[in-house]
Amino acid sequence: MYPKEFEYASPTSLGEAVALLKKMGPDAKVLAGGQSLVPLMKFRLASPKYLLDINGISNLEYIKENGKFISVGALTRHHSLERSELVKQKLGLFSETASWIGDPQVRNNGTIGGSLVHSDPAGDWGSAIIASRALLKIQSARRERIVDSDHFFKDTFTSAVAPNEILTEIRVPVPPDGGRSAGAYEKLERKAGDFATVGVGVQLTLSRNRKTFEQAGIGLTSLGPTNLRGKKAEKALVGKNVSLETIEEAGTAVSEEVKPTDDVLRGSAEYKRAMARVFLKRALTRAARKAGASGV
Amino acid sequence: MAVSAIFGAKVNRREDPRLISGTGTYASDVALANMAYAAFLRSPHAHAKIKRIDAEKAKKLPGVVTVLTGKDIGSKLNPVPCAWPVTGADVKIPKYYPIAVDRVRYVGDPVAVVVATSPYEAADALDAIVVEYDPLPAVILQEEAMKKGAPLLYEEVPNNIALHWKIGGGNVSDAFSNAEVTIKERFVNQRLQPTAIETRGATAQYDPSTGMLTMWVTTQNPHVHRLLLTLMTGIPEQKLRIISKDVGGGFGSKIPCYGPEAVVALLAKETGVPIKWVEDRHENYVATIHGRDHVQYVELAGKKDGTITGLRVKVYSNLGAWLSTAAPGVPTILFGLILPGAYKIPNVECEVYGMVTNTTGIDAYRGAGRPEATYIIERLVDIFAHKIGMDPAEVRLKNFIPKDKFPYNTATGLAYDSGNYEGALFKALGMVSYDNLRRELQMLRSEGKLVGVGISSYVEVCGLGPSSVVRSTGFALGLWESAIVRVHPSGKVSVFTGGHPHGQGEETTFAQITASELGVLIDDVEVIHGDTDRIPFGMGTYGSRTTPVAGGSIVIACRRIKDKGKKIAAHLLEAREEDVQFDSGKFFVTGVPGVSKTLAEVAWASYGAGSNEIPSGMEPGLESTAFYDPPSFVFPFGTHVCQVEIDKESGQVKIKRYVAVDDCGKQVNPMIVEGQVHGGIAQGIAQALWEEAVYDEHGNLLTGTLSEYAVPTAVELPKYETTSTETPSPHHPLGLKGVGETGTIASTPAVVNAVCDALSPYGVENIDMPLRSDKIWRILKEKGISK
Ligand SMILES: Cc1cc2nc3c(=O)[nH]c(=O)nc-3n(C[C@H](O)[C@H](O)[C@H](O)COP(=O)(O)OP(=O)(O)OC[C@H]3O[C@@H](n4cnc5c(N)ncnc54)[C@H](O)[C@@H]3O)c2cc1C
Repeated sequence: MYPKEFEYASPTSLGEAVALLKKMGPDAKVLAGGQSLVPLMKFRLASPKYLLDINGISNLEYIKENGKFISVGALTRHHSLERSELVKQKLGLFSETASWIGDPQVRNNGTIGGSLVHSDPAGDWGSAIIASRALLKIQSARRERIVDSDHFFKDTFTSAVAPNEILTEIRVPVPPDGGRSAGAYEKLERKAGDFATVGVGVQLTLSRNRKTFEQAGIGLTSLGPTNLRGKKAEKALVGKNVSLETIEEAGTAVSEEVKPTDDVLRGSAEYKRAMARVFLKRALTRAARKAGASGV
Repeated sequence: MAVSAIFGAKVNRREDPRLISGTGTYASDVALANMAYAAFLRSPHAHAKIKRIDAEKAKKLPGVVTVLTGKDIGSKLNPVPCAWPVTGADVKIPKYYPIAVDRVRYVGDPVAVVVATSPYEAADALDAIVVEYDPLPAVILQEEAMKKGAPLLYEEVPNNIALHWKIGGGNVSDAFSNAEVTIKERFVNQRLQPTAIETRGATAQYDPSTGMLTMWVTTQNPHVHRLLLTLMTGIPEQKLRIISKDVGGGFGSKIPCYGPEAVVALLAKETGVPIKWVEDRHENYVATIHGRDHVQYVELAGKKDGTITGLRVKVYSNLGAWLSTAAPGVPTILFGLILPGAYKIPNVECEVYGMVTNTTGIDAYRGAGRPEATYIIERLVDIFAHKIGMDPAEVRLKNFIPKDKFPYNTATGLAYDSGNYEGALFKALGMVSYDNLRRELQMLRSEGKLVGVGISSYVEVCGLGPSSVVRSTGFALGLWESAIVRVHPSGKVSVFTGGHPHGQGEETTFAQITASELGVLIDDVEVIHGDTDRIPFGMGTYGSRTTPVAGGSIVIACRRIKDKGKKIAAHLLEAREEDVQFDSGKFFVTGVPGVSKTLAEVAWASYGAGSNEIPSGMEPGLESTAFYDPPSFVFPFGTHVCQVEIDKESGQVKIKRYVAVDDCGKQVNPMIVEGQVHGGIAQGIAQALWEEAVYDEHGNLLTGTLSEYAVPTAVELPKYETTSTETPSPHHPLGLKGVGETGTIASTPAVVNAVCDALSPYGVENIDMPLRSDKIWRILKEKGISK
């Protein structure tokens, strides 16, 4: 559990950081909360030559409302998202998701940006950004670009963030009309702090009369090579009546579109497929109720 | 607190402040000048020949002091000893060397050791060693290992069968041919990874001027450890000192002595610098012993009225790649003898095969053999009850050994000391209002809920143990315990115990026992353990033995001190010895309590040793050494009741209620008893629901880190409702029994019984542990309960 030797840099501004990244080349790794990178280094599964610690950059850790978006700095800790009043009020999906991650130590250290760039299909944040249609702001020495959540996860442990780039901000659209929008995260885990056997994040907006699903976003954890968007399930909801039948149909749809794999410890692909259905239904029911629906 | 009330009081654990404030001293806290760090290169293959090891590059890396292979060590170290060649069993102890010489036998088998000036450099050097292997077919499961044509681990162990043992009492074949009802099951008691928070580690320092080797080791039994290290290293016992201050949990995994510890000792001697080695968690999971791993073929014979008449058990036990210190005793003596549990079963037969396989070695894990036995009988009782349509509580009551039949001799040859099994059962049933609960569950079931209740009534054999019995089983040493109680001239007391508490709280309870016996304040008693140069030769802590056995030796030493004190007091008071009494720290003349001498006054006199202070001819000083060899084992017992609900959609098991009634005789400190019960239950529930060591077919441990091996947290565990009954051991000087393992023994079958009860309306008889949600879901799906 002793990493290989590495060089360490601790820039204090984003500009300095991306300049350093450019100089160091592909042998560099950004260090955020260290909750994924440090274990990998201790197992010597990752042995970066340079470690670029971004914790000294003061303006990467924030949660603020900017008109249509809630902007979250990439360095924001899971714990801050779990506890933020603003997030609780407007982005219940995010506070719920944060509360399911690891244990208090992990939540105090780990960052939303680190989790997303790490792109573990068992990471919980991926589903939250997919369900909420978040935008990701990415910075290199050369330019700043914005990627939407549908194009962020490239493959298992591979995100859209290139080695010379830093993820700086997660922009989450403020759900329309507080009262009729709501989100929920449901997770099946063997024990508290475990990575998801399956996880489901949903972000819903109901029609003004609360009778139909106006918008639906669904993100799925541990159900494919990356966090997935439950497109078929979303389609089964939008424009349909808020009813147990509709939710059931979404459940059926999701179990058909997920791509889980057998896992000796957490369950077969078949089990995970079935649990995608069960936990989606639970998340939908809970979110719909929070958004004022009756009869579900 | 009044001195007289100290025994039985809920005194706070005096060891806790240092442990919870980070000021304890664990193996990895040892820091010596010029210390170098050892690291072991471990095999990635479960079974392979070592063709070539090239360490030249590694040796040249900065900071590297030396690299040794098994060949380099050659005859400098002897094979890892096994201390329990069970009498009457066919035991084959293969030669297993601290570092593999030409063949590796499990993933994790050491192939080389590196010493470097920092742990980082040591890790770099490991990466630089090139080993060429010639992989061999591996065998992981014990039933496969004994088949003809299976890969052989050792020439000297034909068919990989390292252990074969049989016992029996009564006439089992008659019992089965006359049975009205018979039951036949295959149970799997899965492999577990003892997860002590502190991994293993050792630091050794050699002093060439005296020839002394001092070793700081995390161990449950410093003197036994020393003896085993002497056997491996050849360093004479008097030149070897083992210090083990705080130990961060053991659960059995720190009873054995392991090869790497001998290597560390050798390296300290050869290099002349202190050597430190501490496992990381992954290394701990692959290289420290595992527990359990039985495949059990079990049969029960009975009558329709609920009487159990016979029990037949055949077990295939996995021993792993080497025979660890106590390995052969766990699936035999510690298992087979207690099979009848709390019941009068006249006919019992048990046969055990133990196989070596290409997996981590298996030895004692909290409960050690007794959970495996209790699981069998407690599961069978439930299946039997279900089959004959009787309530499982009633079947238990019908077969319990009645409380007036003690001491009771079992068909397996044990003599239970005392018990009131129905007392504990009734108390537990009362706490859950059992009849109402059954009705309530019936109602919930009619609403479609999957709910159940499970009972487990256990008896544990512990307080290991009477030496003549223990020796007759083939164990290498007796299992008495030692104590020195020293009253200082000021009247303060030091207690040196051969036990080695490491979480069980005996620094506190032994101070309570001493304070109560000698009538001194608890704060005036210091309890010392874990240093072979300070304490008398002792056997250590395991087998729920420390409070009854080590505690027994302290009581005897205290009583001898009082006897001597009486003589001195009589001399000082110019009274006859027969007229002097002792109470609450004072010696006084019977009937004249005002004429007295305190223990401190007597102690002072004993060290002064003048003619007006002690009788002529008496030796000075006031201390006593006692070796307590228990006349018999002790047999705690109790009943646990668990209520569960299964989530129909996901298969998750939720424990709704958990009630435990335990009887460990007299309690020195009920708060500590409760703590032991809590921890035990947690570990037992963990086996029932989550924990399982899993290998792939190549022998890779898939549960090699804490993110894979599912140790539960407080979140998953229920609130325990614990209470006790009190049936003292008649043969123990204080009426004590052990309680360190009871929770682990009782809880596992209680939970499985509850889950099987919940599914019994659907014809489910048995599910093998762990009862993970995906496994339950599959059953629910097959039964058409969930989709
Ligand atoms: C015991 C334990 C339990 C856990 N349980 C869960 C769980 O239940 N659910 C869950 O989702 N996660 C879990 N995690 C992972 C945890 O959420 C991590 O915090 C997260 O995956 C990584 O975030 P970090 O800030 O620690 O990133 P780091 O470990 O510092 O970095 C992770 C990766 O992202 C890169 N990186 C980090 N920040 C940036 C950035 N701003 N721009 C570009 N690259 C960046 C790093 O170079 C590295 O490759 C657990 C971790 C542990 C140790």
